[in-house]
Order: sequence, then C-alpha cells, then structure tokens
Amino acid sequence: MMDWLPGNFSDFWSTYSTLVFSVGVHALLALSIWLTLSCGLLSLANAAFMGIGAYVSALLTLHLEWSFGTVLLAGGIAPAVVALIIGAPVLRLSGVYLAMATLAFGEVVRITVLNLEITGGPEGLNGIPLATEGWHIALLLALTVYGLARLRRSKVGRAFEAIKEDEVAARLMGVDVDRYKLLAFVLGGFIAGIAGALNAHFTFFISPREYGFENAVDILTMAVLGGTSGLVGPMLGASILTLLPELLRSLHDFRSLVNGAILVLVVLFLPKGIWEPRRIRNWLNRNKGKPA
Amino acid sequence: MSANLLSIRNVGKHFGGLHVLHDVSFEVPAGCIYGLIGPNGAGKTTVFNLVTGLLAPSSGSIDFRGESLLGLAPHRITQRGVARTFQNIRIFKEMDLLENVMVGRHEHLKYGGAGLFFNTRAYRAAERRARERALELLTWVGLAHKADMLADNLSYGDQRKLEFARALATEPKLLLLDEPVAGMNPAEKTVLMEEIRNIRERGYGVFMIEHDMRFVMGVCDRIAVLNFGRIIAEGTPDEVRNNPEVIEAYLGKEDAA
Repeated sequence: MMDWLPGNFSDFWSTYSTLVFSVGVHALLALSIWLTLSCGLLSLANAAFMGIGAYVSALLTLHLEWSFGTVLLAGGIAPAVVALIIGAPVLRLSGVYLAMATLAFGEVVRITVLNLEITGGPEGLNGIPLATEGWHIALLLALTVYGLARLRRSKVGRAFEAIKEDEVAARLMGVDVDRYKLLAFVLGGFIAGIAGALNAHFTFFISPREYGFENAVDILTMAVLGGTSGLVGPMLGASILTLLPELLRSLHDFRSLVNGAILVLVVLFLPKGIWEPRRIRNWLNRNKGKPA
Repeated sequence: MSANLLSIRNVGKHFGGLHVLHDVSFEVPAGCIYGLIGPNGAGKTTVFNLVTGLLAPSSGSIDFRGESLLGLAPHRITQRGVARTFQNIRIFKEMDLLENVMVGRHEHLKYGGAGLFFNTRAYRAAERRARERALELLTWVGLAHKADMLADNLSYGDQRKLEFARALATEPKLLLLDEPVAGMNPAEKTVLMEEIRNIRERGYGVFMIEHDMRFVMGVCDRIAVLNFGRIIAEGTPDEVRNNPEVIEAYLGKEDAA
C-alpha cells in the first residue's frame, strides 16, 4: 500500500506506525476528558471507559466475529450506557469528591475485568486481529474534532461554559444543569470507548493493567498540559506526552527524570496549558507593538 | 387567570432552629413594579431564593400566574417566566458579553443534536435570531459596543447592566432584581429607573429588593416591608412611608419621655 512512497518513509512507517496510532488514540482520549472538564467536572473515569470499549469490542471480534465498524460502534456505546447509569448518582458530587468517586469506579472496572473468566483475567486477551488502519483513526479523530467544535459554538457549548463558571447562575438562565453534565459525561464515555476499541485492534493484546489509575491520570495530564480552553490543547498535550518518551530515548536512564521535569516546568510556568489562545494573542500583540 | 402574577401565602422558612421567615404573605399584581424593603438580615434575599426555587419553603405556598412553583427545579421556574439578578453579581466572567446574554436565550433555541452537527439551515437561523436578540438587549442597556469584550473587564455598573440584559434574554414575565442600583452613581440610577419603567410598559412585572429609599419610593407602585422575617407593612409608597411600625423599624423607637 505504501509502495508509491519513498523507501525511507516505508521504513519509518513500519517502525513508527504504532507510535503514530498511539498519538491519535491518545488525542481522542484527551478530547474525551476535555468534554467533562469543559463543564467543570473533574472526572477520572475515562481510562475505565476506554477499557470497557476495548474489552467489549475485542470480545465481539474474537467470539462473534462482528464486522469492525459495528465492533467500534459497540465499543463506544457500551461505556456510554455505563456512564448513563452511574452518571445520575455520581454527578451529584463535585470537585475532588467526583474525582474520588470516578477513580473508585475505575478500580471496580479494573478488578472486575481482572477476575472474570471471559476477559482472560490478569493475562488479558491475546490475538486480537489487527483491524485498525491509519485512516480509521484519522477519520474518527476528524469527526470527533468537528463534532466537538460544532458543539462548542452552540447552545450546548455555552451551557457547558456557563455551568463551569457559575452553576447557580446557569440554572437560573434556564439551563438544565444536571442533564448537561450527564451529556458531557456520557459523550466523554462514548469517545473514550471508541478510542479503546481502536487501540485494542492494533496492539494485538490488552490486559487490565492498561486501564488503571496511572492511565486515568495520564489522560488528565494530556488535557491539562496541552490546555483545556480549546480543542487544540488536548491534542497537543496528547502528542507531546506520547512522543516525548520516544524523543528522549537517547537519554537512557534519565529519560523519565527529564520527562517529569518538562511536565513540572510546563505546569509551573504555563498553568493554563501550552495552548492558550488568549495568551498567545496577547503575546503576539505585544511584540507587534514594539518598535522595530 | 388571576390578576396577580405572584402570590406568596403564609410562607415560612427555617434553617434548623433559625427562623428566617414567618408567615409571609403578599401579592405582586401584573403590570406593577413591586418593592421589598427592610433592614439588613430581614430575609429579603431568602424570599427571592424561595421564588426562584434555589430553596424550598418550610411552609406555605408560592403561586406564579395561578400555578404553584413548589417543587419545581430552578431552570423550570425560569422557563415558566421568572428571571432574576443577584445582589453579588454573578455574570459569566470568562465569556464575552454577547455569549453571556445568549446563555439567557438557551431555552428559546429549539434545535436538536442533528441540526447542530450538520449545521442545518434551521440551526443557523435559530442561532442568528438568538444573536440578534442578544445584541438588541445589549443595545438597550447601552453595552452593544462592548459585545465581544470579556465580561470580567467590565466596570461594576456595567456588570449590573449585563446581568439585567441576560435576565431579560430569558423573556421573563416577572423580573426579580436584587439591589439593582447598588454601586451606581445618581445619573446611572436615573437611567435605570427609566429602564425599569420601560420594562413595566413592555408588560413585564418587576419585583425588586432595594436599600436605596429614594429610588424605591420613586419607582415602585407598591411596597412590602420585611423586618425580622415578618411583613410589617404593605401598600403604596405613601402608605408605607407614614406607617409608624416602618418608621420604628428603620429609625428606632422614640422614647416616651
């Protein structure tokens, strides 16, 4: 398929395609948590939603041999349904209490998967067919970005923003706050689930340890590092956090040290994330104002 | 339908052992500017919180246009036609002025998810109308030239005006104003007095809490006086002004020498 490309690109692709796929999947995950963050909810359930999507889709492929398209859709719908069920009680909480409850939910999912027969327990699922191709990820990422961009500019986006800034004022403007919080939570679960399904079909193998606490925090870090004031930020953060460990490979043992230091520096000096349109605009204007 | 927009009957409210309102009853007629006054801590804002559904009364009933508001969520009450502003301004600071007012249009935008995703003609028309209406309201309060400014950058008086425009965007039949002229200079107060009269002319009812006596006496058709959670007087500004109990509540008792 890559015949028409220069030889060195084929080499590059065969070595790094998994990495490029990961960037796309992580971008989807970062966007999924951006949804809940955009209405002021600190939910850490997205790794678990990803896991549900990954397992449901992989099991459907392995046991029922459903087509890849339906498997992807099911991988999105399954965690969305779970989000709908747990959303009503969990979203009554706010701030760190919501974070704790969603983390606990993540643990419940992980431990359930760890102990079930059908999920392969701690050994996970092996031999998932490699069905994901680059264009699948690119298309779904593009659709997600388009959908979220449209959402942001509509009454839904304004309602999210209003809820984030002042819940009481939003209620008194006629916004059904509980419903919109649930919408953000369920949509986030759907996107994370699709990301999980895509991931499962190019890594060949999935296990419970990929969907635990650290992964939940990683997803949050991507969004926060990139910046949550727009859609570019989460994708940028996902790319950096995926590529940085690879770029720092030459540092050997110091790799995770430098990786951590970069994160600390960004959080210290750019508290609103790397991509913050307003700051960048101000900075450009300031430079324009200077005499040459 | 009764001529009364809002009927509050025998409403009591207590937080644990703290009784904030006792047996409060009064009626806000349609086409009227109604004032609620009283010393600090009398329970005025609590009355607003009960009407808008942020709190539930411990006893009594609250009817709006002949239907009970009890048990309705705040957004449902807004949808029935009650809007309010806040004593400590609550605008959306990270949004621009136009977006702030457009949040008020929320319930009037009837498009669904499909229209939104596919950017249909109906969706674009609805958004355009909401934008036009928001701009119209901003023009009306004199803030149209700042429409794309962040609300956080507004002066105090302008923030009040923005809150005013945002409340009107919900198309209320009754507008609750919590200390609308606090922090305004005399010129701004005169303008606001005119605007509030305008609102009445447009067919809205206005119900306000205000400390500025000159303003209240000047603009309100009827006034209720709340003191220590009880209504001690109700009537036209003249009746209230000459009521001995009101004078006592505000100025203290004259020593019978």
